[in-house]
Amino acid sequence: MPRITSEEVSHLALLCRIAMTDEDVELMRDQMSNILENIDVLNQVDTTGVEPTGHSVDLVSVMREDTVAPSTDRDDVLANAPRREGDFIRVRAVLES
Amino acid sequence: MSDSSLTDLTISEARGLLDRGEVSSVELTRAALDRIARVEDSVKAFVTVTEDLALQQAEEADLRIAAGDAAPLTGIPMQLKDNMTTTGVATTCSSRMLEGFVPPYDSTVTKRLYKQSAVLMGKGNLDEFAMGSSTENSAFFPTRNPWDLDRVPGGSSGGPAAAVAAGECYYSLGSDTGGSIRQPASLCGVVGLKPTYGVVSRYGLVAFASSLDQIGPITRDVTDAALVMNAIAGHDPMDSTSLDIDVPDYTASLGKDLKGLRIGVPKEYFVDGMEPSVEASTRRSIALLEELGAEVAETSLPHTSYALSVYYILAPSECSANLARYDGVKYGFSDRDAESMWDALEETRGQGFGPEVKRRIMLGTYALSAGYYDAFYLKAQQVRTIIRREFETEFEKFDAIVSATSPTVAFELGAKTSDPLQMYLSDVLTLPANIAGIPGMSVPAGLSDEGLPIGFQILSRHLGEPTLFRIAHAFEQASGWDAKRPLLGA
Repeated sequence: MPRITSEEVSHLALLCRIAMTDEDVELMRDQMSNILENIDVLNQVDTTGVEPTGHSVDLVSVMREDTVAPSTDRDDVLANAPRREGDFIRVRAVLES
Repeated sequence: MSDSSLTDLTISEARGLLDRGEVSSVELTRAALDRIARVEDSVKAFVTVTEDLALQQAEEADLRIAAGDAAPLTGIPMQLKDNMTTTGVATTCSSRMLEGFVPPYDSTVTKRLYKQSAVLMGKGNLDEFAMGSSTENSAFFPTRNPWDLDRVPGGSSGGPAAAVAAGECYYSLGSDTGGSIRQPASLCGVVGLKPTYGVVSRYGLVAFASSLDQIGPITRDVTDAALVMNAIAGHDPMDSTSLDIDVPDYTASLGKDLKGLRIGVPKEYFVDGMEPSVEASTRRSIALLEELGAEVAETSLPHTSYALSVYYILAPSECSANLARYDGVKYGFSDRDAESMWDALEETRGQGFGPEVKRRIMLGTYALSAGYYDAFYLKAQQVRTIIRREFETEFEKFDAIVSATSPTVAFELGAKTSDPLQMYLSDVLTLPANIAGIPGMSVPAGLSDEGLPIGFQILSRHLGEPTLFRIAHAFEQASGWDAKRPLLGA
């Protein structure tokens, strides 16, 4: 029995916004199940009272002076936009009319 | 001077010729371009070759050399892994998602190398978004190992390691999230260094797993790695995780003996499935360190076996967040046929990402989702703490820890592509260093019976790069393995 069901995989694909065919979902279910089973070994480790490490170095908020400087040229940035209209990036409607 | 006698030089040898006026940067660059023209069809280490830019930069470098203003890397042809941004030169991450993306800015490492008038030959192939251990996950084509074209160069920095081994450039920069500099360096018979997390700026490195990613050099010898590190290391206000430290001159650690150094050999690093030739080489290398005056002792890092599972929760989790930005709206691949915004988003990501990238985004999303967060993500972060502390304890007793870099030599193309877990095991000896944030270096340590390179890994404590250079250089000088080059029909 796989660790993760096809329904769960389909739901995850929706959360990730990745289009998948039924075949993709089945293959992903089997591969993810296999990986998750191997990851289970972590349950052998007693982590009672152990602080989690998010970063190997202690992070502090880094601030800088608010100085005025030129930003990246608008045309250089827009040159990579898949759809452009004038000085704007053209997007699809978010709210259906 | 013939073509291959120029392209096989180290950076320091080429520097000498340039400074004495015996060769020009344009000549070095033309020799590298000739080499690329001859071998690239079979090696395929480059996603993009920047011939015109390289010749232009070489001419500028020659002017600087003539003016007596040369820096250590001035005029030396190099390559950058194609996940470091370069203004005006496509940066693809070997992904359909970024095919044709031309960044409007330089990464900090690009800027620092340009400041020395380095010559960019092009961008190195990689596993898509640096996810993989063989470079077979490149969406464009696999790179092949210059020592045996039927075998992989390792990954994800397979293009950089193969290009340096094949004489297509003098050095390259790779990125290492779980071994992606050291493992391909090992499989291609070159030197690869993953610095301490935070020593080299990640600004302009396309993010994969931000708490693990680190840029470092891939070179033909240890001296060259020190020269490149001198150029790229240092604090960068553009990277909030960059360490604000005084960077030492790494070349000052070269040419010293190993007397008094304490070196630990963790027994867990002789893993199941290690090839006999790799184990034999590793034991020979350890014996050599002892002959050179180091005090060697066996030790134990009992949580090593959990590092792989920690990595395959943390790296996918961070990647699932980092790769959420690829929406087909601002830049990159975009599905133009979809009707609605949601369809466009799903189709863009469904078509733009390859299988391994999708697998990791899905795994990471699973590990971070409600109900699983504590069992996976939090648990992995706690075990990360245990692994980190285990290293800290060891480095109270030892100056360095040594092992093989990879349990195997280069494997054949296709050998591990059908089973993701088998591929993940390639990094079992390298990824603990990323989890702990400590530096690690792979140096050539001989050839297997089939004539394939074997790498030897040296790890040290946080900011212990000088110790790595000291040991690696003494090892290299005594072993002579750095002089080996693949034949490639040359």
